[in-house]
Amino acid sequence: MDNRETIISILKNVSKKNSVPAADESLFDSGFLDSFALPDMVGELETAFQIKIPDSDLNPRKFETIARIESYIENRK
Amino acid sequence: MSVLKAFGAYLPARIVPNQELGCKLNRTPDWILDVSGIEQRRYAAENESVADMAVAAATQCLERAGMTAADIGLFIVSSGSTERRFPGPASIVANRLGASSAPALDVPMASAGGLFGIALASQLADVYGNILVVAAEKMSTVATREPMEQGVAVLFGDGAGACVISRGDGASRIVDSVLHSDGTFAEDLRLEFDAPLAMNGRSVIMQASRKIPGVITELLERNRTCPAAVKIFLMHQANQNLIDRVAKALDVQPAMFYSNIRGYGNTSSASMLIAASEWWQSPGPAAGDLICFAAFGAGFHWGALLVEA
Repeated sequence: MDNRETIISILKNVSKKNSVPAADESLFDSGFLDSFALPDMVGELETAFQIKIPDSDLNPRKFETIARIESYIENRK
Repeated sequence: MSVLKAFGAYLPARIVPNQELGCKLNRTPDWILDVSGIEQRRYAAENESVADMAVAAATQCLERAGMTAADIGLFIVSSGSTERRFPGPASIVANRLGASSAPALDVPMASAGGLFGIALASQLADVYGNILVVAAEKMSTVATREPMEQGVAVLFGDGAGACVISRGDGASRIVDSVLHSDGTFAEDLRLEFDAPLAMNGRSVIMQASRKIPGVITELLERNRTCPAAVKIFLMHQANQNLIDRVAKALDVQPAMFYSNIRGYGNTSSASMLIAASEWWQSPGPAAGDLICFAAFGAGFHWGALLVEA
């Protein structure tokens, strides 16, 4: 599974939705993530990619789209 | 060494149910309950000030402690919703309680102000003796200021809580506290003068979801204990969903977190002391119980405090 597939798998699990948003579609505006699902998403990303996301990086904009999450993960690895 | 002697609380008479607020915001009562765990909140009367509510909570607290204002060596009053820049309510509260010239310190800190006040008092009690910490908030005036934001207006209520901290050892001993502040995200939760409360809810929840369990774990680990050993968690009543999330992160049942948010909403810095006042009255602590306080708020400021009954 590549990074994007892993991110989509986590997103489906956290959002409880089977559909997949476009890579640059806002996960907030499209209803995939709300304020409380976002921390879950971050936690699952840390586990799946074996990284520690520091509190200073917990800016919602960094996790707003699949593309941004993918970019963040690639920069962290 | 310092101990918690007594708590007090005050809640205004006017009850504002979700139905009333929902009509103004074009939201259903169930939506408000779902996003916040809040069913109703209390709003102060138009002419009821932060200091008025603080005095009411402090009066009950002093009565329960068997003290008068003359027994208090230092007054600490926290509020993030004061009506003016200065003077803050601390000197007014002390004066109205009957103090002569004991020092009175304002802590202009929303949400975490009550916790910071107790933690500071626990360190200062050796110098000042009995310290009265009061947290009072009139959030209704700032949360319902136009243009009202749905996600903000539904959350907040008014009220006050108080606590007396005294030097000494014995029952309800303050074991330890941990306080933190980080201004990185200061703009994400702020109240400017003559402006509505501004909140980036996603940022606040994301930071709080991590920092509250983190500071509780830090506190408990350095005192060689664990969440399961705590009798009750008395946390800032910000949002029921956040309280449940913190419980889950600590791997304890949500019932271990006292909650009254359903009836009062988020009363900012007053909420933790109101919760403590209620819990201390019933069921209250038994000897040896560990009680963990925790709060997070604008700044961001956050912390936790451990008490052994």
